Amino acid sequence: MTAGAPSWTFTEDDFGAITGSMRRFLDDTNSMCAMLVDKSGQLVTTVGSAPGLDPTTFATLTAADFGANDQLARILGETDFTTLFHQGERESVFVADVARRLILVVIFDSRTSVGLVKLKLKPQVEELTALLDVAMSRSRLGVPQQEKLLHGAEQEIDDLFQW
Amino acid sequence: MSMINYASREINCKIVYYGPGLGGKTTNLEHVYGKVKPETRGKLISLATETERTLFFDFLPVDLGTIRGFKTRFHLYTVPGQVYYNASRKLILKNVDGIVFVGDSQTERMEANLESMQNLYDNMAEYGYDLTKMPFVVQYNKRDLPNAAPVADLQAALNPGWEVEEPAKCRVTPDPYHAGENLVEQIATGEWVERAPFFEAVAVNGDGVFDTLKAVSKLVLKALA
Ligand SMILES: Nc1nc2c(ncn2[C@@H]2O[C@H](COP(=O)(O)OP(=O)(O)OP(=O)(O)O)[C@@H](O)[C@H]2O)c(=O)[nH]1
Ligand SMILES: [Mg+2]
Repeated sequence: MTAGAPSWTFTEDDFGAITGSMRRFLDDTNSMCAMLVDKSGQLVTTVGSAPGLDPTTFATLTAADFGANDQLARILGETDFTTLFHQGERESVFVADVARRLILVVIFDSRTSVGLVKLKLKPQVEELTALLDVAMSRSRLGVPQQEKLLHGAEQEIDDLFQW
Repeated sequence: MSMINYASREINCKIVYYGPGLGGKTTNLEHVYGKVKPETRGKLISLATETERTLFFDFLPVDLGTIRGFKTRFHLYTVPGQVYYNASRKLILKNVDGIVFVGDSQTERMEANLESMQNLYDNMAEYGYDLTKMPFVVQYNKRDLPNAAPVADLQAALNPGWEVEEPAKCRVTPDPYHAGENLVEQIATGEWVERAPFFEAVAVNGDGVFDTLKAVSKLVLKALA
């Protein structure tokens, strides 16, 4: 057993590549907003916007929704239950698994079509998976500067809680 | 699983409040929500039943300050304490960085406390996480009630200590929060044991709520140091 889940890191380069890819996807599909969410509910990045949308809240609820559906799929003996679709009157949402670690959320309205978003979703997931593999393998190799972000920061951490 | 983002300069961590039904987990988050500056917290999301029992989880994001130029964002979750919600409870534990066990001090809730603690160990083990090696603190809540059990009894039942394996850790470590007590010590049998830090609380009026949060957050950040 481990002392909990390992931490992971995004460099500015990883982040730039991921965000750029998502922005292209948004333009190609004419969607409103795309978000990349960690399975624990933490927002990795968001591009575009939707009115009244609080990305942090949305990310948490999406991860919970996806997690619950994943369990439902397992109960049904399904293993590949990797996309969810929620259709609303004005806005709809696609939610897709990326490399079993992240979730891609796409919010779109009538300015595009379900068919188009769905069509472009698969190559987008593949592209993100490839970018993520790069980030993950670097994390595994351990970039010293990153691993050591808080190294020796015991005193600073203590000071942070002097309230 | 803490996530460090060099582009947005954020450290994100997940803390889960666990414990028996009606122990006061949601009340802890409500107090934090009410007390921190609005610009340092997000919305409090509660997925609850009509009778205000947690159905899936409560969620509150808070920024606890900046360290080395990185914003420390803590995502606080509570789980549903009621026994039959185990599937949801387990889901929320995924990728957790730190745990607060909120025990109910009332003597008649001792059984429920024990069951919940066992359930926590079991669910963590199913994910392959070892609770004894993680940031973990225990809160004894509802200290205001006349039927609250003595803290010593609660400690003996819920936080008796686990055996320390690494020889390097086998040295007396005082409890920074309770003078004269130790977190790591040798017991009569010669065995070295470690206990989780504990706090007394009255979550309804906020007593002990921030002490608990600070302690667990500090442990989470220190695990990255
Ligand atoms: N007397 C007293 N009551 C408390 C205290 N903390 C919480 N309560 C009350 O206990 C009840 C349950 O509290 P919650 O915070 O909803 O409990 P919970 O642990 O979230 O319960 P579940 O969601 O079912 O798991 C509420 O009526 C609270 O007001 C306390 O310190 N003292
Ligand atoms: Mg609750």
